[in-house]
Amino acid sequence: MTKAHRTFVSYIDKSREYYAAQGYDAPYRWATHTNAPFTPFTKPLSQCRVGLVTTASLSPDAPLSPYTARSQPAPASLATEHLSWHKGATDTDDLGAYLPLDHLAALAADGVIGSLAPRFAGIPTIYSQRRTNKWAETIREALADDGVDLAVLTPL
Amino acid sequence: MSLTARHLEAEGIPTLIIGSARDIVDEIAVPRFAFTDLPLGNPVGPSGDAEQQRRILTAALRFAEAAVLPQSSVVIPVEWTGPQDWRETYMSLDDTEALAAAGAERRANQAAKKT
Repeated sequence: MTKAHRTFVSYIDKSREYYAAQGYDAPYRWATHTNAPFTPFTKPLSQCRVGLVTTASLSPDAPLSPYTARSQPAPASLATEHLSWHKGATDTDDLGAYLPLDHLAALAADGVIGSLAPRFAGIPTIYSQRRTNKWAETIREALADDGVDLAVLTPL
Repeated sequence: MSLTARHLEAEGIPTLIIGSARDIVDEIAVPRFAFTDLPLGNPVGPSGDAEQQRRILTAALRFAEAAVLPQSSVVIPVEWTGPQDWRETYMSLDDTEALAAAGAERRANQAAKKT
């Protein structure tokens, strides 16, 4: 098999063309870096406390700000309608598909991870990179308070 | 979310992103990235498929533990049994008139909110 385009979707290209078709001439400027920070694990995964971070909100009318909520029992659902996921191809009725709190609890019971953090965190997707960085610090403080060894981010 | 991962990592908390927008995450550059080639909305596995979600999550966690360098990434094998044309139908440009009208309506709404 041969082809003339890459297999995986370029969302940068897609969203630029999509919003241009809607009459938005100035494309969104994505943040770009050539390297990333790195903090090594200090203990094996089987001893790590794992915290989840999502882009979903607690409710449709929740304020646009970072939040934390209890990991267990996991919420029945989260608000996702405002996010740009593929509404024509799938759904977000199953929390395990985008915020796997119960899966992590099961992995903790099986000894694959040490424990699930008592809270998960949410950070809304916004255009302002400056404000996102400020919100990230709010999230970091909550994760640090909970003794999280690994933050797993599952953006929709 | 990639910016959040960079911030957490720079401040001493190891991070793992499990996500389906490969190009966005790659451009921003993150410490650890597990790519799942699925429609946006189900980064950890197809909705309703708990077994595959758990397999993907476990593989991603094991990858994260083994990573020793920043910008480490892995492509996690996935099985998608939903609509096979999902790559084409997301943000489709097929109906340009409807798109132009939607954009105009949105701008009008935003202008109305400001006044």
